[in-house]
Amino acid sequence: MKFGVIRFPGSCDEVDAQLAAARVAGDAELLWHADRDLHGADAVIVPGGFSYGDYLRAGAIARFAPVMESVAAFAAEGGPVLGICNGFQVLCEAGLLPGALLGNTGLRFLCRQVELEVETADTPFTRACQEGERLSIPAKHMTGRYWAPEATLDELEANRQVLLRYAPGENPNGSARDIAGVSNAAGNVFGLMPHPEHAVEELTGSTDGLKIFQSLRDHCDERLAV
Amino acid sequence: MTSASLSESRHRVLGLTDAEYELICQKLGREPNEVELAVFSLMWSEHCAYKHSKRLLATLPTSGERLVLGPGENAGAVDVGGGLAVAFKVESHNHPSAVEPFQGAATGVGGILRDVFAIGARPIAVLDSLRFGELSSRRSRYLLERVVAGIGHYGNSIGVPTVGGEIYFEGPYEQNCLVNAMCVGLVARERLIRSAAAGVGNVLVLFGASTGRDGIGGASVLASAELGEADEAKRPSVQIGDPFEEKKLLECSLELLERGLLVALQDLGAAGLSSASSEMASKGGVGLDIDVAKVPLREPDMEPFEIMVSESQERMLCVTEPEHVEEVLAVCRKWETHATAIGAVTDSGLLRVLAGGEVVGELPVRALVDDCPIYELTPARPARALYAAPPRTLEATDPGGMLLGLLGSANLASRRWAFEQYDCLVQSRTVRRPEQADAAVLALPGGSAIAVSIDGNGRRVACDPHTGTLEAVFECAANLACVGAEPLGLTNCLNFGNPEKPHVAWQLAEAVRGLGDGCRALGIPVVGGNVSLYNEGPQGPIYPTPVVGIVGELPDAARCAGIGFAREGDVIALVGSLSPSLAGSELAKLRGEPLPDGLPALDLESISVAHATVRAAVRSGALRSAHDVAEGGLAVALAECCLAGGLGASVDLGAVEELDVALFGEAPGRAFVVSGRADALAELDAALPLGTVRGDRLAIATGVATALDIAVTDLARARAEGLPALLD
Repeated sequence: MKFGVIRFPGSCDEVDAQLAAARVAGDAELLWHADRDLHGADAVIVPGGFSYGDYLRAGAIARFAPVMESVAAFAAEGGPVLGICNGFQVLCEAGLLPGALLGNTGLRFLCRQVELEVETADTPFTRACQEGERLSIPAKHMTGRYWAPEATLDELEANRQVLLRYAPGENPNGSARDIAGVSNAAGNVFGLMPHPEHAVEELTGSTDGLKIFQSLRDHCDERLAV
Repeated sequence: MTSASLSESRHRVLGLTDAEYELICQKLGREPNEVELAVFSLMWSEHCAYKHSKRLLATLPTSGERLVLGPGENAGAVDVGGGLAVAFKVESHNHPSAVEPFQGAATGVGGILRDVFAIGARPIAVLDSLRFGELSSRRSRYLLERVVAGIGHYGNSIGVPTVGGEIYFEGPYEQNCLVNAMCVGLVARERLIRSAAAGVGNVLVLFGASTGRDGIGGASVLASAELGEADEAKRPSVQIGDPFEEKKLLECSLELLERGLLVALQDLGAAGLSSASSEMASKGGVGLDIDVAKVPLREPDMEPFEIMVSESQERMLCVTEPEHVEEVLAVCRKWETHATAIGAVTDSGLLRVLAGGEVVGELPVRALVDDCPIYELTPARPARALYAAPPRTLEATDPGGMLLGLLGSANLASRRWAFEQYDCLVQSRTVRRPEQADAAVLALPGGSAIAVSIDGNGRRVACDPHTGTLEAVFECAANLACVGAEPLGLTNCLNFGNPEKPHVAWQLAEAVRGLGDGCRALGIPVVGGNVSLYNEGPQGPIYPTPVVGIVGELPDAARCAGIGFAREGDVIALVGSLSPSLAGSELAKLRGEPLPDGLPALDLESISVAHATVRAAVRSGALRSAHDVAEGGLAVALAECCLAGGLGASVDLGAVEELDVALFGEAPGRAFVVSGRADALAELDAALPLGTVRGDRLAIATGVATALDIAVTDLARARAEGLPALLD
């Protein structure tokens, strides 16, 4: 299978995501924002950083990038899309994920290793995890407070679209109901604020993030086999 | 008023002396016009010409086996094997940060990043060394908040991790805060590029942001004179940073180099186009024609002199062959970076400034770059103490109370509040994060790693400029030894007061002597640096603050020790000869004691042995933790090891003469607290066993008596709450 990682001007973690993806799959290619061609990617990652300087609002300009038209079409056909940090913001702005990300309650950028709890494990993004399992993954952002109307939050929980929550006492940004990552209703688009691509090697902190990439790989392998 | 007297008064406004102005007239054979005077005033400023420090800097060792690029280039570089070089440099942005802290600090980071990618290296880490007045001052709290936010804003947005640094709070920095930023870059040796312009007829391309009126006269107005009362008015001299523009500029520059399109590359920093172009011409021994009418402007109707001296950020200048111009412009378009051919390389030896068809300035490159007068300093050891005693802030007299007081004090409390505002992980190389080890460790391809640390305790340098500077060098090297790294090269930023004053000149001369002695003892070259003078106001000079950054290498990234005690039952030992003294110590400061005149000397030979012992033991895996004994002495070092590992320790120092001295006396750079298996430590040369990693309390005894016994959770609370409490 092949991962495609989008590169916008201002992306910062795209190479990290590419390296992380390459650890679990042979092929991971950077996709230029101005190019509508996804180059045969079986899964798309919208990476972290500050796309277009995050001017206007985090992710607000990137959603209009030519490549995002193709990502939307890919997602509509059931293709798996993973948004990390800025990528989560972009996917929310693009309407591919519910809710929005607001400024951290502390009003500051925060870089910290956080503990997450896997809420839903039977998904393309968490199938390598156990429900209730804890993952230690770093978060680093200034605009990571997940927000949605109460009714939407109820719906997300009822539909089991909340895949990851910050463990008790670990919520770094004031996210509603400690939500760290949500999927769309169809389950093939997932966004999270913490950075699994920065938790793929013991030497640099932890390997818990690999499970997200492994899940996605296994899902794609299965999808391709069908 | 005659035209002559008009221009004479103008040169003084621009910071040139009458004698310097005379010399300029002599070099030109006429009076300079407005454009020429503006360019000269910047190129002959302290900031660009180092006219008060050049002679001293020439005494520093600048050669070494691993040296790839030394002083004079945009950044220095050392070989780290595998065809790779590591580029690094530290630079100050003190004066701008004192005037506008957020943008001052942000553009400080932006400037040092450009220095590193100007030689073709990808920036892989930033470290910062910051100094502010005491936190009891509202201004210092404001400066700290905004400087940290500015550093984070720029570094985080551009995707370069901020992996380390230091912050000190001392009264003499109240009016003149220090913001020194160091950048480390990685480059394949064959991709290194220099700034020397070459090839008559080659094209000069300016790319990046457009040019505005921001930062006009920054180098001369801000960086080369004392700050006074009315500095609000200097705010327009501070540049405004745009990390997104720089991120594109960085990727664009590296792609241009990857495609082999450039003959030379130079960033635009202090003195803007004037400095960049004359440096490029000077190094290449050529002339340059620049048409300011072709420079993309942010606002209309800018004067030619304004275009030449603007310090608008995020701009680069490159030389390319005529047949490559189109491809250069195409790469810049891809990265949405504005690029314009603005001139050409000539054989005239002149920097010719054109405005459309008209020549508006003609400057001999040599006169601009090489002919600035160099001044002799007149150092004189001050007869009386220069600095007032700090206010007393610690009342506790029992050892436990003193330890908690030290751990919660502004200089020793946890820096978590600051470093959590920085992305320390991006680029996936960070093996040791802040507070995990004494030096930042960054993995290299192939399993090895580099370690980086930045150090400089100004108060100790104020006590004794020579010894204090030596200590800074050895403390920095000790931090590297703790992760098993061998020093390869040093960069420095010399932050001092007004060098025209004999007592400041003495501090500067003594500090540079210490720096040279330290480098020679370690066998490493100075690869480059920066000088920031005139850091003084009506209240007097700052503490003399040489900040040193050292890059070292370690063979195995997986074998770098951390600070924290790692396993119950491990033996704790002291390596190195610790002859502590309270002179100039943190405890003496908190007790409000005046600065002593002089510090105990260092025994360079025994220090080198201690460093080598720890380095080898970390590399062999014999040690599970290593931490140098620095501010706050042995008790604070032990507490920090407990806190980083979440384990307690039982330690017996044996009979001591003076308890305060034994616990809190300092001797920076000389000794280490290490831990490991008993048999591994038994084999370690000159390791003095102190005790055992055990339980959840730090207990220190002196023979039969207990000096202190405190729960690790209480130590943690004191250190964690220190900074937030002082900021409230």
